Amino acid sequence: MSATLLAVQTLNGLQLGILLFLIAAGLTLVFGVMDFINLAHGVQYMLGAYLAVAGYGITGTFWGALLLGLLGALIVGLVLELLVFRHLYDRDHLDQVLATFGIILFLNEAVRAIWGSTPLTLPMPDILSGSFELMDGLRYPVYRIALIAAGLLVAAVLYVLVTHTRAGMLVRAGATNAPMVAALGVDIRRLFMLVFGFGTMLAGFAGILAAPILVVEPGMGDNLLILAFVVIVIGGIGSIRGAFIAALIVGLVDTLGRGFATDIARLVMSPSAANGVGPAIASMLIYVLMAAVLFFRPTGLFPARGG
Amino acid sequence: MTASSSAEAATAALSPAPRRSRETLIAAIAFLLFAALPPVASAMNDTFLVFFAIRVMVFAIAAVSLSLILGFGALVSFGHAAYLGLGAYSVAILAEHGYWDVTISLPVTLLVCGLFAAVTGAISLKTRGVYFIMITLAFGQMAYYTATSLSAYGGDDGLTMWGRTEIFGSSVLGDRTTFYYVVLGVLLLSYVVARMIVASRFGRVLQGAKQSEMRLRAIGIDPYWYRLVAYVIAGMMAGLAGALLANAAEFVSPAYMSWHRSGELIVMVVLGGLGSLAGSIVGAATFLVLEEVLAHFTEHWRLIFGPLLVLVVLFGKGGLTAMLGGGRKNG
Amino acid sequence: MADPILQLQDLTKAYGALKVTDHVSLDVLPGEIHAVIGPNGAGKTTLIGQISGSLRPDGGSIRFAGEDVTHLPMHARARAGLARSFQITEILPAFTARENVALALQAKQGHSFRFLRNVSRDRDLNERALACLAELGLSQRADLPAGILSHGEKRALELAIAMACEPKLLLLDEPMAGTGREETDRLVEVLGQLKGRYAMLLVEHDMSAVFALADRISVLVYGQIIETGTPEQIRASAKVREAYLGEEAA
Repeated sequence: MSATLLAVQTLNGLQLGILLFLIAAGLTLVFGVMDFINLAHGVQYMLGAYLAVAGYGITGTFWGALLLGLLGALIVGLVLELLVFRHLYDRDHLDQVLATFGIILFLNEAVRAIWGSTPLTLPMPDILSGSFELMDGLRYPVYRIALIAAGLLVAAVLYVLVTHTRAGMLVRAGATNAPMVAALGVDIRRLFMLVFGFGTMLAGFAGILAAPILVVEPGMGDNLLILAFVVIVIGGIGSIRGAFIAALIVGLVDTLGRGFATDIARLVMSPSAANGVGPAIASMLIYVLMAAVLFFRPTGLFPARGG
Repeated sequence: MTASSSAEAATAALSPAPRRSRETLIAAIAFLLFAALPPVASAMNDTFLVFFAIRVMVFAIAAVSLSLILGFGALVSFGHAAYLGLGAYSVAILAEHGYWDVTISLPVTLLVCGLFAAVTGAISLKTRGVYFIMITLAFGQMAYYTATSLSAYGGDDGLTMWGRTEIFGSSVLGDRTTFYYVVLGVLLLSYVVARMIVASRFGRVLQGAKQSEMRLRAIGIDPYWYRLVAYVIAGMMAGLAGALLANAAEFVSPAYMSWHRSGELIVMVVLGGLGSLAGSIVGAATFLVLEEVLAHFTEHWRLIFGPLLVLVVLFGKGGLTAMLGGGRKNG
Repeated sequence: MADPILQLQDLTKAYGALKVTDHVSLDVLPGEIHAVIGPNGAGKTTLIGQISGSLRPDGGSIRFAGEDVTHLPMHARARAGLARSFQITEILPAFTARENVALALQAKQGHSFRFLRNVSRDRDLNERALACLAELGLSQRADLPAGILSHGEKRALELAIAMACEPKLLLLDEPMAGTGREETDRLVEVLGQLKGRYAMLLVEHDMSAVFALADRISVLVYGQIIETGTPEQIRASAKVREAYLGEEAA
C-alpha cells in the first residue's frame, strides 16, 4: 500500500466520483422536481459516448465529437421527453419504472444493432494525451486530470446556476414543493423540460468524457445508473450539493475499496482466503455505506424536502 | 395514494366474488395445460418444449412471489432477481462442496434468502416511493457484484453443477419428466400458499396498507412489520425458484441476478395484471413466449419489445387478465 | 368528578416563528362531547394531528386514559383506545364497506400474523362488521367497494370503522366537512345517538351541529384557547363574540 498507489487510486476515485456526479445531478433534480423515476438516464450516458464516437467519424477531432455528442444527446433526450416521459409524470412510480425500462431495452439494443457489440474507443485529443509527473515516480495521464477539472468546473457552474438564477431558484423550490411552484403560475412542464434537457446533456457529457478512457459498449450506462442511484439515496433526493458530496464519497470508497480490500483482508486472514473475500467485500462496500446512511438519515445526507 | 391508484381502478372495477372465480378459472386452466404438456411433447417428440415449459414454470414461481408484494402490497421491488440468484447459488455452492441432498439444500436456500430479505427489507421498507425502488435495485446489484467477485465459485463465468439436487439420496430429479412435475408441484404449492396468504388476516392488512397507510395506523396497525414479513416470504419463494433454476440448467451465473432480470420479473407481474396471482403465471408465460417468438425473427427482439412495453404502459391498463376478462365492467 | 379520558397540558407546536399550538390545555370527560371550534387557521388540524399522533408536539403533554401518550406513535395510541375520523375521508377504497370495518375489528383482536384461515369466511368477524354498519344505516352497502360509496356514506363508514375499534375516545376531525344539509342532519342524529357511549372530541365548522351536540366547547384562535364552557357560556362570551362569532355575524 505505497503512497503513490494510494495517490493514484484516490485520483481514480475522484474521477469516478465526477462521472457519477454528472449523471446523478440531472437525475436527482428530475426526481426532486417531478417525483419521476427515470431508469433511462443511464442510457443517455451511453448515447453520449456513442454519438461522440459517431461524431468523431464525421469530424475527425475530439472537439467535434464532443460537440456533436452533446447535441445528439440533447436531441434524443428531448425527443424522449416529448414522446414518452411527459405522459408519465402524473402516473404512478410503477408505470414510470416499466416505461423507462422499455426505453432502456430499446436503446441498448438499438446501439447494439447500429454499432455492434464490440467495444469501441474514442481517441483522446492530442493536447491532453500525455502524462505528467505528479510526484516522485508517479506519472498520471493528463486527460484524466482534465476530466476531473472539467467535472469540477461543471459542478461549480451548476452550483451557481441553481443558487443564483431565477430558473435555479424555481428548480430548488420545485424540489421542495412542486405543487406550490405550479400554484405560483410557473409553467412547471417547461421548467421540467429545461431541467430534463440539461440533465440529459450532463449525462451525455459524462459519457463523452469517459469514452476515451473506458470502453464504449452497449449497456455501459446501466451499472453507472445504479451507482448514481446510490449517490442520490446517500445525498438526498433533489439536492445538488448532496449529489456532489455523495458522488465523491461513492467514487472514492468504491475505487479505494477495490484497490485495497484484499490487502486489508490479508492483515486478518490467510492470503488465499483474502484473495477470495477481498473483492467480495469491496463490491459490497458502497451498498453497506448506503444502508448505513439510510439507517441513520432515512432521507439522505442533504434532504431537499422538508427541511 | 398515487403509487397504487391504477391498481385500485383495476381491482375496484370488479366486485370480489367474480374476481375470485375468474382467478381460480385462469389458474385451473394454466395448471391443467402444464400437467398435460409432457405427454403431448413426447408424442410430438419435442424435447425443447419441456425444457421451455420448465423455464416458464420456474419464472412463474418467481413472478407469483413478486406478485405477492408488488400486486398486493404495492411494494415496487426492483431487486427481486437477487433471490433467484441467491437460491441458485445456495444450491450450486453446496453441491460444489459435496452437499447434494434436498434435506440440506432446501433449508439452506430458504435461510439464505430469508436472511437477505430480512436485512435488506428492514432497511428499504423504512422508505417509500422512488427511494424504495432505488434501494431495492441497489441491494440487488450488490448481490450481483458479490457473485461476480466470487472467484472461487466461477466469478463472472458462473459455476457448473455436475448433476441435480438429490432427494433423500436418490437422484430422481435427473429424469426430465420427474423434474418437470416436481417443478410443477412447487409452482402449485407456491400459488396455493400465496393465495392463502392473500385471503388471510395477514393478507388483508397487506392490501389495506397498500390503499392507505394512514387508515391502518388509525385503527392501530403498524404496516411495517407486515410488509417486512411479506417481503421475506416473497424472497424465500423466489429463492425456491432460483434453486430450481440452478437444477434446470445445472449451472448458475451472476446473470441470474442482473437488474434487467428484476425488471423482467416486474414486467411479467404487470403483464398478468396487478392483484392477480394466476395472472402472474400467465404473465411469465406470455413474456417468455414473446421473447422466444420475437427472438426467432430477429436477434434484436428488444427493439420490438421495448417500445411494446412502453405502449402497454401508456395505453393498456389492468394487464392481460383484465383484457381476457373483458376489461372494465363498471367503466 | 370523574377523571378526564383525555388531558392536554400546555401543548405547544411551532412552525418556525409561527406558533400553531400555543400552550393548549383542555380535557375531555368520559361520555362527554367536547367540541373545538375556531376560525380557519386557528390550528385545529395541527391540534388533531398531535392528539392522534401523526404530529409531534414541541412541548407539553398528552395524557390518555390515565397514561402519558405524548411520545407514542399513532398506531399505539389507536390500540390504547383512541379512534379518529379524518377531515378528508381515509377509507380503503378497493375493500368493501364490510371489509373496511372487519379490518378494524381484526386489529382490535390482536396481531394479524395469521396466514391460514380465509378471513372473508370468518363468520364472527363478518357478523360483527355488519352490526357496526347497520348501526350507521349502511347494511345495504356492506358488500360494495367503499370507493364507490357517496360522500356521506363514506363519512358514515369512517364512523363505523372508528366504532369497530371500541374506542375510549372518538376524535372527529370535521365529520360534516363537504356533506350536504340532509347528510349533516343525519350525522348529527347519529352522533347524538352515540352520545354518552363514547367520549368525543369534535372539531367542526358547522356551528349548528356543534351547538346541538356539544356538552362543552373550546374556542381556539391563533393556536390559543381563549374560552372553554358550555354552549350557553360560549354564546354569551364577549371574548368569543369578538374574536370569532362576531366575524361571522358581521
